[in-house]
Amino acid sequence: MKPVNDLLRIEGLGVGITLQSGQLEAVKSASLRVLPGKVTALVGESGSGKSVIAQTILGILPPVAKVTAGRILFNDPEKPGSSIDLCQLDRDSEAYRALRGQRISMIFQEPMTALSPLHTVGNQIQEALTIHTSLPEAEARRRTEEMLDLVGFPDPKRAYGMYPFELSGGLRQRAVIAMALICRPALVVADEPTTALDVTIQAQILQLLRELQSKLNMAILLITHDLGIVANVADEVVIIYHGEIMEAGTVSDIFRNPQHPYLKGLLRAVPHFDMAPGERLKSLRDVQVDTSKLKQAETRAAGKRGSILLSAKGLTKSFSTRKSGWFAKQESTARKALDDVSLEIRRGECLGLVGESGCGKTTLSKVIMRAVRPDAGAVTYDDGNGPIDVLAAEGDDLQTLRTKIQMVFQDPFSSLSPRMTVQNILSEPLEIHNRGDAKSRIEQVKTLMEVVGLDPRFLSRYPHSFSGGQRQRVGIARALALGPDLLICDEPVSALDVSVQAQILNLLKDLQAQLGLTYLFISHNLAVVDYMADRIAVMCRGRIVEIAPREVLFKSPIHPYTRALLAAVPFPDLDRPLDYTTLQLGTASDTGTWPSFFQEADNKAPLVAAHCGEDHFVLAQASAKVQELRAW
Amino acid sequence: MTSPLPAPGAPLHHYVSTAPFDPHTITAMTNEQSKVHLASQWKLMWWKFKRHRVAYYCGIFLALMYASTLFSEFLAPYNLHTRNVEAIHTPPQRIHFFHEGSFVGPFVYGRERSLDMNTMKRVYTDTPNVIYPVRFFCKGDTYKFWGMWDADRHLFCPAEGGTLFLLGTDRLGRDVLSRIIYGARISLTIGLIGITVSFALGIIIGGLAGYHGGWFDLAVQRVIEVLQSIPSIPLWMALAAIMPVSWSPIVIYFGITFILGLLDWTGLARAVRSKLLSLREEEYVLAAQLMGAKDSRIIGRHLIPGFISHLIATATIAIPGMILGETALSFLGLGLRPPITSWGILLTEAKNVSVVALYPWLLFPMVPVILVIIAFNFFGDGLRDAADPYN
Repeated sequence: MKPVNDLLRIEGLGVGITLQSGQLEAVKSASLRVLPGKVTALVGESGSGKSVIAQTILGILPPVAKVTAGRILFNDPEKPGSSIDLCQLDRDSEAYRALRGQRISMIFQEPMTALSPLHTVGNQIQEALTIHTSLPEAEARRRTEEMLDLVGFPDPKRAYGMYPFELSGGLRQRAVIAMALICRPALVVADEPTTALDVTIQAQILQLLRELQSKLNMAILLITHDLGIVANVADEVVIIYHGEIMEAGTVSDIFRNPQHPYLKGLLRAVPHFDMAPGERLKSLRDVQVDTSKLKQAETRAAGKRGSILLSAKGLTKSFSTRKSGWFAKQESTARKALDDVSLEIRRGECLGLVGESGCGKTTLSKVIMRAVRPDAGAVTYDDGNGPIDVLAAEGDDLQTLRTKIQMVFQDPFSSLSPRMTVQNILSEPLEIHNRGDAKSRIEQVKTLMEVVGLDPRFLSRYPHSFSGGQRQRVGIARALALGPDLLICDEPVSALDVSVQAQILNLLKDLQAQLGLTYLFISHNLAVVDYMADRIAVMCRGRIVEIAPREVLFKSPIHPYTRALLAAVPFPDLDRPLDYTTLQLGTASDTGTWPSFFQEADNKAPLVAAHCGEDHFVLAQASAKVQELRAW
Repeated sequence: MTSPLPAPGAPLHHYVSTAPFDPHTITAMTNEQSKVHLASQWKLMWWKFKRHRVAYYCGIFLALMYASTLFSEFLAPYNLHTRNVEAIHTPPQRIHFFHEGSFVGPFVYGRERSLDMNTMKRVYTDTPNVIYPVRFFCKGDTYKFWGMWDADRHLFCPAEGGTLFLLGTDRLGRDVLSRIIYGARISLTIGLIGITVSFALGIIIGGLAGYHGGWFDLAVQRVIEVLQSIPSIPLWMALAAIMPVSWSPIVIYFGITFILGLLDWTGLARAVRSKLLSLREEEYVLAAQLMGAKDSRIIGRHLIPGFISHLIATATIAIPGMILGETALSFLGLGLRPPITSWGILLTEAKNVSVVALYPWLLFPMVPVILVIIAFNFFGDGLRDAADPYN
């Protein structure tokens, strides 16, 4: 075999960023390479400097960042022998612009913002062609349509004239990929290309990238935090932490023989489906939970475990997008966010709620929290002191209810007021409900800090001084302040890094065990739900399509949507690659692809929850037999 | 192995960093960082503002201007209404330091007046043998300091028997510089009073529109659009005409500021409304609602602190509009009336083209107007940048 030169060779790269708080070394003498036609994955957590490296390669570093050392060599296979040091090139020069978009291109994370809303998809993809080549209009258009076909648009001619808002998230990301590949670059830098996507769409996009990469013989520098993705697509892997390379090797080196404590820690921190019951994730930085001082613990333990704490019946909510005008008639198109949703949460359990974005899981949590009023249905809360009608509660009843049900939010950055100290944030619920006097509140707040493993000396600090995980712990402490029975966790870890995610999950688990809490745990990540939940409800298009105990759901899923979700989770394990055959094009939530007995019948007879074993229900036609459902 | 990089093209060997690894280093903070992290919002804003050099110096300039209004009597060499019949329409006198090659200190030459019989214009010529040294911390015109104490000290004043008209005099022989210094009092404060009125209206109306939405929001939006579409000068004229002629000048002064405030709240109300709409969607507001917080608490503890910094910045940018409005109104003779003196009133002297051609120094009051407005714009710009220290 003829030895090939490295396509991209980064040698001892250092990048410094000037911040208000001083100079920050974002990248410290990092070295890595990308071979032509291969995928190198650069793996790290947020703040590890991986995106800075991507920006350096493309010459799009923000003005506060400067390359301080090293070089980036780009050996264009079309011009053998010529080696360009990208660090030496003026970022606005003709030469760099000729490379950018043509020889090196980028796939962005957020397909919503990477496409201009004002231009058609075809127009945007073709732009790179028009800039870098002198093809006639008709030829450029033909190539663009060819590209659209290649990235899997079902009707490229029609797609050419469509605007981004007409496309789903998955198709948008395909368009972004088409834009990056239109000039057939030698190197594509993909910065978290699937992070913003649902898990089933992520699997499709990964499959597409893999296919195109071998078809077009291009190299990919894949930047990600998800080891599961790495195991499925990468050839070589580089692990970066805090701007320094921790470990590098071929994909089998990394996954079969991890050496560095950081990599080992990362691999241990990812929840997976094969965990033994009761097995704990090992977080890099574990938190000690101490609830002994929290007085509420004993009072709650008295309640009966297993009795129904909260039940929702027939919840329906539709949102209408109104086209209003001064003179025009108001038309409204309604979209059902919740469609006849019923579920029960039992005291002491953790009910997992899984579904893709837009399936209505957050709306459901907001209905339970009385933040959104449903069109129909009822929610009853019963902690043993007589049932409370949640939707009708007013005045004192509502205030009592507020102390019983609390919420942990997804985004630890927007859920804490930036203008308040942690002290104020944590004592606010106590003030609202007139608990104790100023002095006892300070004591209580200190106890809460200890419960979530934060130093009480941090109380005078502002949220912006905390890391994402620490903020999320403050959010959990705030939710615990009033001594709730039911905690609704709305994607509490999806904004966090893997190592921090394990820490928060363990914290939530420990709190549940020690305080006897009940959780409604909402997530799009099946592995996370698997780790946390006792029972799992799968939600799709505003409906709960399957609900079962955890082991049952993972062992014998019945609903096609559940199966698709399960098949789409990428594992950080080389022996369990994604099974692309079960992942067809189109979305898994498209009811048309389901077997007929899961679809609504022509006579509009409502679907019912078919009983398929203990605690296992599947939404199907009333006439369908259990054996039929199992066998499809 | 020391480098993770193999020779070009060679197969990748398995590299493991041997540097000591501590998973907690990433959470450790340097002193500099912890200083930033412990800072409150206002401190962060101050640091960010200080880095905007132009805004910072404009802020200092404005602070000095406002401080000067407290000591106008002391700073001005003449009183507001001191007339010098001997020196009508004098051009500015230059300060000299050297007389015939020898150092004397700051002084002005004496003036001789003659009448040009062709144009009937008074012509002033320096008399090189009469020297009037400028006195400092001297006794001059008597005044009542802050309307309470009799005093006669000035920062600087003309020599005994001499004159000191650094920016010339007007048609009654009054010192233009002194009148500008006194005029700052009215011109600078009229903006503040006007902005207070429009601030109050803007926050209340915009806040209600933003928080409640619905028909009230719709109505407010339409009213704002209508108000903004009316040409401002005719509207001012109509409103100024409402004020009874019998009112004392000081009451008219308040009336004018009130009118300016009444017309200026629209921009502020819009700013408040849009800021409120975006803040209402923040999760920490939802969190407070779910804790059972009342509306008043949410507005007071979460929403207002969230946008007050933006409001201050918006208001700062609105002040120049007020000052210009007063200047324009007074210039047209609709605003303040003598004997109240503002920069606009001073400029009415220069209404006539022939006056401007013959006595151009009467346009000097424009200089402080321009400087103050530029300073306010830069200052407000810096404040606006600093208002959101978390981005």
